[in-house]
Amino acid sequence: MSTYAQKKGFGATLWDYLTTVDHKKIAILYLIAGGFFFILGGLEALFIRIQLAVPNNDFVSAGFYNEILTMHGTTMIFLAAMPLVFAFMNAVMPLQIGARDVAFPFLNSLGFWLFFFGGVFLNLSWFLGGAPDAGWTSYASLAMASETHGIDFYALGLQISGAGTLIGGINFLVTIINMRAPGMTYMRMPMFTWATFVTSALILFAFPPLTVGLFLMIFDRMFGSNFFDVANGGNTIIWEHLFWIFGHPEVYILILPAFGIFSEIFAIFSRKRLFGYSSMVFATVLIGFLGFMVWAHHMFTTGLGPIANAIFAVATMAIAVPTGIKIFNWMFTMWGGSIKFTTPMLWAVAFIPSFVAGGVTGVMLASAAADYQYHDSYFVVAHFHYVIVGGVVFALFAGAHLYWPKMFGTMLNETLGKVTFWLFLFGFHLTFFIQHFLGLMGMPRRIFTFLPGQGLATGNLISSIGAIFMAIATIVLLINVIMTQVKNEKVGNDPWGDGRTLEWAISSPPPFYNFKQLPLVRGLDAYWLEKMEGKKEMTPAEPLGDIHMPNNSFVPFVISLGLFIAAFGAMYRADTSWGLLVLILGMAVTLGAMFVRSIKDDHGFHIHKEDLMDDDNDKGAKA
Amino acid sequence: MKMLAKWRLLSLFTLMALVLSGCGEPYLSTLRPAGEVAQSQYELMLLSTAIMVGVIAVVTIIFIYVIMKFRRKNDNEIPKQVEGSHKLEILWTVIPILLLLILAVPTVAATFKLADVSPMEKKNAEGKTDALVINVRANLYWWEFEYPNEEIITSQDLVVPTDEKVYFNLKASDVKHSFWIPSAGGKMDTNTDNINKFWLEFDSKGADEAGGLFYGKCAELCGPSHALMDFKVKALPRDEFDQWVADMQGVKEPAQAETATAQQGQEIFNNSCIGCHAVTPANTAPEAARVGPNLTNFGDRSRVAGVLDMSEENIKKWLEDPEAYKPANKMTGKYPELSTEELDALTEYLMGLKVQK
Repeated sequence: MSTYAQKKGFGATLWDYLTTVDHKKIAILYLIAGGFFFILGGLEALFIRIQLAVPNNDFVSAGFYNEILTMHGTTMIFLAAMPLVFAFMNAVMPLQIGARDVAFPFLNSLGFWLFFFGGVFLNLSWFLGGAPDAGWTSYASLAMASETHGIDFYALGLQISGAGTLIGGINFLVTIINMRAPGMTYMRMPMFTWATFVTSALILFAFPPLTVGLFLMIFDRMFGSNFFDVANGGNTIIWEHLFWIFGHPEVYILILPAFGIFSEIFAIFSRKRLFGYSSMVFATVLIGFLGFMVWAHHMFTTGLGPIANAIFAVATMAIAVPTGIKIFNWMFTMWGGSIKFTTPMLWAVAFIPSFVAGGVTGVMLASAAADYQYHDSYFVVAHFHYVIVGGVVFALFAGAHLYWPKMFGTMLNETLGKVTFWLFLFGFHLTFFIQHFLGLMGMPRRIFTFLPGQGLATGNLISSIGAIFMAIATIVLLINVIMTQVKNEKVGNDPWGDGRTLEWAISSPPPFYNFKQLPLVRGLDAYWLEKMEGKKEMTPAEPLGDIHMPNNSFVPFVISLGLFIAAFGAMYRADTSWGLLVLILGMAVTLGAMFVRSIKDDHGFHIHKEDLMDDDNDKGAKA
Repeated sequence: MKMLAKWRLLSLFTLMALVLSGCGEPYLSTLRPAGEVAQSQYELMLLSTAIMVGVIAVVTIIFIYVIMKFRRKNDNEIPKQVEGSHKLEILWTVIPILLLLILAVPTVAATFKLADVSPMEKKNAEGKTDALVINVRANLYWWEFEYPNEEIITSQDLVVPTDEKVYFNLKASDVKHSFWIPSAGGKMDTNTDNINKFWLEFDSKGADEAGGLFYGKCAELCGPSHALMDFKVKALPRDEFDQWVADMQGVKEPAQAETATAQQGQEIFNNSCIGCHAVTPANTAPEAARVGPNLTNFGDRSRVAGVLDMSEENIKKWLEDPEAYKPANKMTGKYPELSTEELDALTEYLMGLKVQK
């Protein structure tokens, strides 16, 4: 196995990525797929803002607008933010804990392909009779009334990609519990790893309710059941509960890794250890826990009664406390530090006021009686864009700049990075700040147009102008990515110079087996500790030996493809003669591939000690 | 110190009230409260905004100080590695908890107050309530308002008396909608599963500022024309309201058209429209039979189909091609195409449907 150093053709590279089980390559797959869907969701957002720029606009029709707004939300949450978060968790977490890979590399690949096929399936709805049009929340009464196959695409697509996410979450949990390097106790884990850990636990508990809800919806729409059919004794409020029992933790699934990325950035670029590390860990766990106790605040106007509303209002307010702890800890990490304003740090710094603004409107929304006014108005739209864009998207941009060298071995251009930052920051606040007031002035959300003479025109125009800046910022980032990859100037282990955790102790990108010898971890910020003692590398915790590696596999792709095919069958079963056949065929492909995987022994391979020693001599030639 | 904090909060409060009250139209904005419910919600908004602006101010001050003061001056400097500070950490755990308590208490109180619909349950000797109750039924892109005590039905323009509590039973007949009159108070969903209850109050001062007409909205995505599912609220002094009720109750039979053209229109109406649209206000027909807005007082209404200004021209436009003004509405295609002459006649008849002379 010393062939890995060879230069490969396009076909071989493609095959390599289709079959890879390497967490670093899967991270790149997540990054590319998530990036693609992010741009798609962004285009949908632009259509929304163009349509709402002036009153009574007819840029898109009413029905089409509902499809766009549904797909914007669904795409951004499930197909852009989630996979991009997964990209960084995959790329960084195993390195941070000093592991060779995740616990189940095969499942890691399966998780990606399930997500990918689910996402592609969902987006094919655009070409096959219309996209889903009941909002990303897909409330049952409207979803059941929707006449096109859009909602079927939604339910089936999210079911497939949700399975991938669940698999990914379990994999990360097992990895963090079992595969930490010697000396890496829980309370020495980097903050991003902690965030990944808690996030994965949230995924484990939050996705099953969604799975259940989606199955009920699939059965109702495609197989004639009546879970949500009121006339036949069903109940649509159940969907709201199931969706939000998933949906609220979901926003923490997105924001906690963002917190993790920022925690790393604040420490690195302030050259200081994270202030109040243990309270940060505690706050993260607490946010994760409380995240499950507050779902009904999305349903204050559903009519659950004052007792439920009051309880959920107070529970929701409680979340502000651990979040506040984090904000102050970040600021005091910088306090007394030596701050360098690199692009990642700019995003991190801008995140604080932006996210605080989104957080405090969250507390305002928690006030149930007042929420009757905010609910489903543009105030809510402003709020969740402040937390999701100001928190998650900022983190994704920051993380992309921070970890680009670790993932690709080359640095994104700092000047262009800063241009992106300033344009995006300006555009973001211009777009969303005014929306708070639009909501308070009586503008409901999810409206395809508004009539003149209601005092809403100016605010909407300003908001639309802001969106253009965000679009330009994203284009600059794309140019940056292309330029950087074309130039491809290789960098060393610790390109930012101030790396603190294990991932900066290894080459950029790391060899496919990660650490040649597992490192010995002697405290929090393990690599920083070694650097402060004048060492260049981690002390190994084991002698050089053979490394056991898994083989690549095409099976995850086939399993996912089978479900993708089966989903078409399920959808068209009722109105075509071939639907059932396709459903059976697809399931056969999936189950067959699982069967092959089960009976075929695959012991992987070993990298021999001698090859590893050779490696030292041709450093830099690795692909 | 305490005094200072109090003073700061108060001034912040006043400043905000000043800024916010400039926002929006009096007939639509939650920031121009025109009733008890909206007022208490507005006060909660102000309180929470004040606390939150305070929080933002503190964070911003520390934030700006930090990023100005601790920039890297020398590439070789290694700052002291501080683990944390228990004192500070306790401080920023306890203070937020106190601030949240300040917000939580009035929140819980208001939540219970706004949910108090006990007068709806108190029936008098006739089996009716003393309180004014209105049954709201939301339908794909139109609203029906039934007054069970008065035994009348109207649509699209809700008529209410000012300065008293009005109680609502809310439900939807097709998909979920949400009933929202921003200047009078927060929304409540109209579910397909159950009846929701709440109350609102419309004060006469607010009604005057709004020109007697508040805007109502559907606040839950319900289909293509969700954005156009508007209704209006006419808030009248109690005596005018009573007069309106009496006028409505006075219509026992469909009003006879007066002019020749209008009579011709009525004939068309009776052939093509009456299957869905009633022109008597009695609530005797079952809900399932009330598939279109009740048109008894159509001529009094402020809008055609909830969105177009009330004019002959707009009625004709609507009748000619409803799909163009409310996509996916349930009226399109339910009646034969109308000639120009028929449109004129029908429009004249519809304009004549008035109870307020």
